[in-house]
Amino acid sequence: MRFYEALGLEPKLALDSEELKKHFYERSRQWHPDRYSRSSAAEQQKSLEMTSVLNDAFRTLRDPVARAEYFLEQKAIVPSKHVPPELLEEVFEMNIALEELRAGDETARPQLVEARKRFNRMRDEIDHGISVLFLRYDEAEDASHLLAIRSVLDRRQYVANLIRDVEKELNVHVSN
Amino acid sequence: MSTFQIDFGDTQSHIVGIDLGTTNSLIAVMEPTGPRILSGIVPSVVSVTPAGEVIVGAEAREMLITHPERSVYSVKRLMGRDAADIREELKLFPFRLAEASGSVLKLQFGEKIMTPPEVSAHILRKLKRDAEEELGTPITQAVITVPAYFNDAQRQATKDAGRIAGLDVLRLVNEPTAAALAYGLDKRKEGVVAVYDFGGGTFDISILRLHEGIFEVLATNGDTHLGGDDIDNLLMRIAFEDIQAEWGEDISGKSDAVQLLRRAVIQTKEQLSFVPATVMDFEYGGKRYLREMTVDVFDRLIQPIVERTLAPCRACIADAGVRIEDINEVVMVGGSTRIPVVRAEVEKLFRARPHTELNPDEVVALGAAVQAGILSGDVKDQLLLDVTPLSLGIETMGGLVSKLIHRNSTIPASATEQFTTAVDGQKNVLIHVVQGERELVKDCRSLARFDLKDLPPMPAGLARIEVRFLIDANGILNVTARDVRTGAEQSMDVKPSYGLSDQQVEAMILESFEKAQDDFKERQVREARVEADTILAAVKKARTDEAFRELDAEARAAIDRDVQDLLTVYNQSDHLLIREKIDQLNTSTHTLAENMMNTAVRGALKGTKI
Repeated sequence: MRFYEALGLEPKLALDSEELKKHFYERSRQWHPDRYSRSSAAEQQKSLEMTSVLNDAFRTLRDPVARAEYFLEQKAIVPSKHVPPELLEEVFEMNIALEELRAGDETARPQLVEARKRFNRMRDEIDHGISVLFLRYDEAEDASHLLAIRSVLDRRQYVANLIRDVEKELNVHVSN
Repeated sequence: MSTFQIDFGDTQSHIVGIDLGTTNSLIAVMEPTGPRILSGIVPSVVSVTPAGEVIVGAEAREMLITHPERSVYSVKRLMGRDAADIREELKLFPFRLAEASGSVLKLQFGEKIMTPPEVSAHILRKLKRDAEEELGTPITQAVITVPAYFNDAQRQATKDAGRIAGLDVLRLVNEPTAAALAYGLDKRKEGVVAVYDFGGGTFDISILRLHEGIFEVLATNGDTHLGGDDIDNLLMRIAFEDIQAEWGEDISGKSDAVQLLRRAVIQTKEQLSFVPATVMDFEYGGKRYLREMTVDVFDRLIQPIVERTLAPCRACIADAGVRIEDINEVVMVGGSTRIPVVRAEVEKLFRARPHTELNPDEVVALGAAVQAGILSGDVKDQLLLDVTPLSLGIETMGGLVSKLIHRNSTIPASATEQFTTAVDGQKNVLIHVVQGERELVKDCRSLARFDLKDLPPMPAGLARIEVRFLIDANGILNVTARDVRTGAEQSMDVKPSYGLSDQQVEAMILESFEKAQDDFKERQVREARVEADTILAAVKKARTDEAFRELDAEARAAIDRDVQDLLTVYNQSDHLLIREKIDQLNTSTHTLAENMMNTAVRGALKGTKI
């Protein structure tokens, strides 16, 4: 996996952020274009390639969700486009409330504010619990654990979209 | 990739650091003891004299009053912009556009026409020349600072200015980052630092983490059209109205009056940083306008402008992923941070006492010199990791933007996209690259259009062109394309939306080189004439001396002849000829000079008791 290689790290899902930062700084010192301003064009080009990958790698791996997405993508495990079944009812109700608000019915607002709070809590819980799943996979390197992570990430993505939709609608009407 | 080659053997050549500011510019160099400012502050004003000579700095600032139509200040506001962009600026600044030029702005100075990069190049050339004189070595390489929030076109224009001035711009460094470098280097600081940079024309806020010599920019934000100029313009509008009421005369259209008033306004603004009240004093056409201004009134007037700096600060804190209480220090940069109400607002927002012990006018240039030291290898422990201020994206169906590189990504940063054809036998694919945070192309800034051309005829969707977008360490976009099937480099045409084409810059470099030769020649002639003046004056004076009368007729005739010869060539533009005649006169007056010396010694001895 290119991003892990760029940082000189073992491909693990659970990473220590201080360790990650240390590797990033070390390799930046080694490869940054500032260190090659008096080198040949070929060396400068190489430094540019190395640092752009390094920066990309650090940006991706330091965020647990982006890291897991990258990891799964590398393992060819693709996201699902289906609505998580346990959220179906909730989403249905929220859409009705959104329609009402769009039509100018302000009584729908408290319900949406409440929904937003609930979705935010859901996302926080997912973020909190995901590190356990990372450790579980790193220990056993069992592909079924990756599938479990995939479905958690799908759920998270779905919740994140809901939050975005609710926020957009709530903000539009506040500013009017 | 690189166009410059560096001579390893030459340890004498300095890489200089330049702060090319809206109001003032400075040049600095890294020395073993630390960065040092060379020569002095150069006001960023350029004028063309009626004789056609370009002058820069303090002298040009005087010409702003006497010949406002031949002078330009705050040209930095025009870098990388086009006529449509600056319609607002034109109302407030005395910029005179030469023609309705599409993508390239042209400014009129009397009979001379220059683009903003050319005007900036004159400022750079002046700095370069002053520094060369002080260091006694030629300068060819430089680090130039730019506002962190400058977009690609503004950065490219700055780099072009450097090239036109005969400088290899090794790096563009963001101004707040440069300030942090100067600041952190000095103190060996650790922790999270915010740099609030409120200058003459631009505002930047950057948040950095300092750790073991690494200066990692976490986020940056700002406004490239917000600065002390806006405060001046606000005060001037008020004065115009007052004067209209008092004198029954609108002077806002008279450019000499405008410049005089601007000077009075700036003086008032500056005084109010030190005293609680002052009187704005303005005289024009035999009439006088006096207005008392207290700090309270001033603060209230400029409050909306100061407010405009706070929203970017809040956005920057959020983007940096830090809490306000994590920010250990706030460093103040730029002349406008001398205003007490600005300091107070910053202190209130960051809940930390702002650092003002560094000279806010010098710190950016000093930081640029440190970065020059990093590039030359003289500074070994420090490393700057900067970010791109704006997201980079491409236009997709329906005028939407698909983001490829997000703002605040550490640079160099890259993204790769695959493109294909939509219809059978399609030969070209057009890619429109934009910069900005909005979702619609029309709300973002167009950077360039890349035309992937000469695709072999194929059924739709079969072509696979991989395009790589790379933002380099200067924050400038580089694009390369490759045919995935053949692996061959894909040819393309690049049409930048703003700014000068490479050919235009080359032409300007050539022209400025020829100009530089002319300038140089002119200087040599001037110097030769000064020397001729000296010797002619000395000879004239010597004619009354006793030693002259003691010369024989032949020697006197030789001197007369050589004086005449020198006078004949004096007004010619060949400095070698003038020098030749000076030498001749030197030779013929040799005996005279010796005799005079002896007389002087004799005279001195006479009066001295041994």
